[in-house]
Amino acid sequence: MESVFAVVVGVLYATGIYLMVRRSIVKTIFGLALLGNGANLLIFTVGRLTAGRPPYIPAGELAPLPPVADPLPQALILTAIVIGFGVQAFALVLIKRVYQTVGSDDVDKMTTTDTIADTGRTP
Amino acid sequence: MNHLLFLPLLIPLTTAIICLALWRRPDLQRIVSLIGASALMLAGWVLLTAVRQQGVLSVQAGAWAAPFGITLVADLLSAAMVCVTGVMGLAVAIYSLADTEPEHERLGYHPLMQVLLLGVCGSFLTGDIFNLYVWFEVMLIASFVLLAMGGKRANMEGAIKYVVLNLIASSLFLAAVGILYGVAGTLNMADLARLIRDAEVTGPLPVIAILFFTAFGIKAAVFPLFFWLPASYHTAPIAVTTIFSALLTKVGVYALIRIFTLIFINEIVAWQPYILTVAGLTMTVGVLGAIAQYEIRRLLSFHIVSQIGYLIMGLGLLTRLSLAGTIYFMIHVIAAKSALFLATGMVRRIAGTTELKKLGGLYRTEPLVAVLFLLPALSLAGIPPLSGFWAKLALVWSGLETGHYITVATALLVSILTLFSMTKIWSEAFWKAEPEGAGTAPFSTVTLPKGSFWLMALPTGFLGLTTVIIGLFPEPLYALCMEAAGQLLQPTAYIAAVLGGSP
Repeated sequence: MESVFAVVVGVLYATGIYLMVRRSIVKTIFGLALLGNGANLLIFTVGRLTAGRPPYIPAGELAPLPPVADPLPQALILTAIVIGFGVQAFALVLIKRVYQTVGSDDVDKMTTTDTIADTGRTP
Repeated sequence: MNHLLFLPLLIPLTTAIICLALWRRPDLQRIVSLIGASALMLAGWVLLTAVRQQGVLSVQAGAWAAPFGITLVADLLSAAMVCVTGVMGLAVAIYSLADTEPEHERLGYHPLMQVLLLGVCGSFLTGDIFNLYVWFEVMLIASFVLLAMGGKRANMEGAIKYVVLNLIASSLFLAAVGILYGVAGTLNMADLARLIRDAEVTGPLPVIAILFFTAFGIKAAVFPLFFWLPASYHTAPIAVTTIFSALLTKVGVYALIRIFTLIFINEIVAWQPYILTVAGLTMTVGVLGAIAQYEIRRLLSFHIVSQIGYLIMGLGLLTRLSLAGTIYFMIHVIAAKSALFLATGMVRRIAGTTELKKLGGLYRTEPLVAVLFLLPALSLAGIPPLSGFWAKLALVWSGLETGHYITVATALLVSILTLFSMTKIWSEAFWKAEPEGAGTAPFSTVTLPKGSFWLMALPTGFLGLTTVIIGLFPEPLYALCMEAAGQLLQPTAYIAAVLGGSP
């Protein structure tokens, strides 16, 4: 099962990185979202996959009997999903504003802050 | 007494909430954020004093025993950085009184600044790697909004680069945290340090370490991951640029120091040549980039990168003296660089531009501003007896002691280039005669109202004076840095404070 997850994580990372090296900022944001999902699935996988063994403590015991699924990676992922959601929502609004301001979604048109400027009043 | 650790988090959080409640009253928000920043500075100072007297402090939120609960820890480095954060928060809050556009205030400038301070303090105080990730995100989301606030083309272009690069760094950081948990089974930093020192962790630790180094390297802007910084920092309002330059990259450096001295100590020893190479290249490329620029804010942004190189150099050398030098350098560069940015803001308000070719003669018309700029500029270049000299001396000394002559030579050469670059700003903006066509609209020099002039000059002068004072009397701060470096290299006190003395 781990190998399937490993391949899926790999595909998510590869797709994410491919989208990010495209020139369109829309694709960049999609790439970031995929990268985030890849990272979440990675945490899930390296936290050991234990199917069908929820970490309940049976009556009369003080700790769950191993092997049980580790709940902590899932808690980490949940937190990361929430954070990722907020950040991606912001990024989407940002690219909309960028598109409105610059008039293009091509990153090659967004070089004015990189060049050595010596003309014009600073913004 | 340990509940002191909550104060640097509660104060900015409360201030931000009060500011949000006063959404329609920017005038009241100003007062609230000023009070909040003063309280944070005070709390930082109290925390630093307590840590000096009682050693490393730690508190488990909700009284869940470590390593299961949420841990806050303050050793001397954390406490000193929280203290500096408070000082910077107050300086920028005062400066903002005179130099914030009403539009930004309506968009929530004050609460966002407090959230930023909250994220920074949280990153300094947390004792858990996943929490470090969460605090980073708190800090980032506030910084995203602050950077994009202007809504002009430059703001938008700067923001998109900054946002994308930082999100990539965050996802690398998250992946590294996940793998580390899979390998070690804990995310409590003290617990990790204990496990690794007892050699109880086996697994791909170098891979995890390189992921952390890349993630924090992007945030700290080290070579070759720094390109987002000079492309974005200069687009923000000057107060925002100042707080970014003072705190955000330094949080990245802090995280590098913390993770690599506490957890990946074997990796950093093994990688010393590479880390020193990265440090040398960061210094050199940063300063060369600065020399090419003719706009003060862009020029200073490249200098941020260059100074990060010195901090990484201290981490790479990894002796007690070099780590003390790094901490001293960090405090010095926060004060000096912020003073430079704030003085630049004054220049911009007075002359209407920060283009060196359009500036001139400010020494004659605004002698005080010239002095406010000159002091931190000389300090940054490392002229004795200002603070930059002692910071560089400690690093160079420990480099010579350990025989890393090439790194030392690079550091000294970059120092000279920094001086050259500072002299360029000085002679172009302040010393040379006003260029042809100056004095005509839109580049006419204005006289600031007395009130706002002093509101801007006061924090600038205070930070500039700080570099003079810690330069003239380096001993107390230096002793503190040596102590903090000792704690970093011998983390037994840190581990014991978190895990309660149990082996």
